[in-house]
Amino acid sequence: MGAGRLYAAVAAGGFRRYATYRAATAAGVFTNTVFGLILVCTYRALWDERPHLGGYDQGQAVTYVWLGQAFLSTLAIGGGGVEDELMERIRTGDVAIDLYRPADLQAWWLAADIGRAFFQLLGRGVLPFLFGALCFPAYLPADAGTWAAFLIAVVLAMLVGFGIRYLVALSAFWLLDGTGVAQMAWLLGFFCSGMLLPLNVFPGALGEVVRVLPWSSLLQAPADVLLGRADPLPTYLFQAAWAVVLLGAGRLVQSAATRRVVVQGG
Amino acid sequence: MAEGRAERLVAGVRAYRLVAGMWVRSTMAYRASFAMTTFGNFAATFLDFVAIMLMFSRVDALGGWPLPEVAFLYGLSATSFGLADLVIGSMDRLGRRVRDGTLDTLLVRPAPVLAQMAADRFALRRLGRVTQGGLVLGWALARVDIGWTVDRVLLMPVMVVSGCGIFCAVFVAGGAFQFVAQDAAEVQNAFTYGGTTLLQYPPTVFAKELVRGVTFVLPLAFVNWLPASYVLGRPYPLGLPEWTAFTPPLVAVACCALAGLAWRAGLRSYRSTGS
Repeated sequence: MGAGRLYAAVAAGGFRRYATYRAATAAGVFTNTVFGLILVCTYRALWDERPHLGGYDQGQAVTYVWLGQAFLSTLAIGGGGVEDELMERIRTGDVAIDLYRPADLQAWWLAADIGRAFFQLLGRGVLPFLFGALCFPAYLPADAGTWAAFLIAVVLAMLVGFGIRYLVALSAFWLLDGTGVAQMAWLLGFFCSGMLLPLNVFPGALGEVVRVLPWSSLLQAPADVLLGRADPLPTYLFQAAWAVVLLGAGRLVQSAATRRVVVQGG
Repeated sequence: MAEGRAERLVAGVRAYRLVAGMWVRSTMAYRASFAMTTFGNFAATFLDFVAIMLMFSRVDALGGWPLPEVAFLYGLSATSFGLADLVIGSMDRLGRRVRDGTLDTLLVRPAPVLAQMAADRFALRRLGRVTQGGLVLGWALARVDIGWTVDRVLLMPVMVVSGCGIFCAVFVAGGAFQFVAQDAAEVQNAFTYGGTTLLQYPPTVFAKELVRGVTFVLPLAFVNWLPASYVLGRPYPLGLPEWTAFTPPLVAVACCALAGLAWRAGLRSYRSTGS
């Protein structure tokens, strides 16, 4: 079996695995919709007070809210990606089995995470977004080209998201219990990805800093492509650069970890 | 009969203390992780508030409420919810226990299941959230302009305790729901975390139907919106009479009673996986 087919099978497995839990998916759709409702009310109050805040009009702000809800589980911004499982495997020592496999550790987990992300996007992301777009005056681009450009940005966001979370998971090689690091990463991601407030609303220097950090590739970058606020090409370059840096760092840390690893358990 | 109930209550509290104590000792085995998760718990909710402050760096009022008054709502909501989350927040693990059959272990122990479940994986790190809520509340109290009277001062602790009671009832009802739903544990988050997020913003921000829903159906408005409107001297958007501001303790007791009934019904309907 060629390497490409192997990882495609792993990705398909990741997709199917998450697709099994239908009740959990329905619950997630419900919860994302409720949170979207709350956020959309506060954003509309904010944009009522200050129209064109951050360059968005009210319709664009509404779209942004529902995009955020669609991406929350897709990009595992609030946790819930494959990193939890990888960390657990490192803690228990099961990672030794993964290292035995004739497959690359990082590529294996990347494939599994991409499969998961695509399922979450379709299963959990689309419905709240449709609900929001139907029930609120949302801005939606009319041309298919913008949607296609948006989807490419989403795929790049998946790579960056995994790059960050893989580094977080590998910290368990040194710390054993990675819960603390995972939580830190989760809340940094939540804040810096623009999940709480669009990054272009952040004032002054803080706004400039958060916009160059890797997390801005997750929600802000695809959102700006969809809302027609950013050119696709420079956005892709920015996202791809972070993906390369983070995945490269992941490789370095991985080789350091596997050289010094003392497998846990008996 | 009454004596039997009192005994059960004492047994429940004792079981809760024992299980919670065990989890605290277990957490302390990884001290670095404990320190980081406690700080993380604090910081996560702190960033929530930072987002509100960032909003107010661009506007002077949200739904007609200035920052100190929104902070007042935020502090009350976060403190009440934080306390409930600390005491009983592990209820969302019930679905998993039903699924993998480990709930049976709790059923054969000579202690109330609710107490064991509430104390399961008791997480002291959740003090981080309570601390953050308390700090915001303190800051708001220093900034906000309130004509303090005896009833307003007395209402403050009553509000926090009743709010904690209402959120506890939501957690228990969510747990009861998981007997039926199992995998759908996340629905609970919409009412717990969603509820506290909702209450952090003024009621004037939300659509009338939503405000009605959280006043008359799921009475979250009694955690802070109604009593805080009275303390701040603001009219409640639904035009309810003033005395309703003093009803949170009654609402909390009623909610807990209903949640208790739901819990019993849920526990009775439980069928083990047999594994």
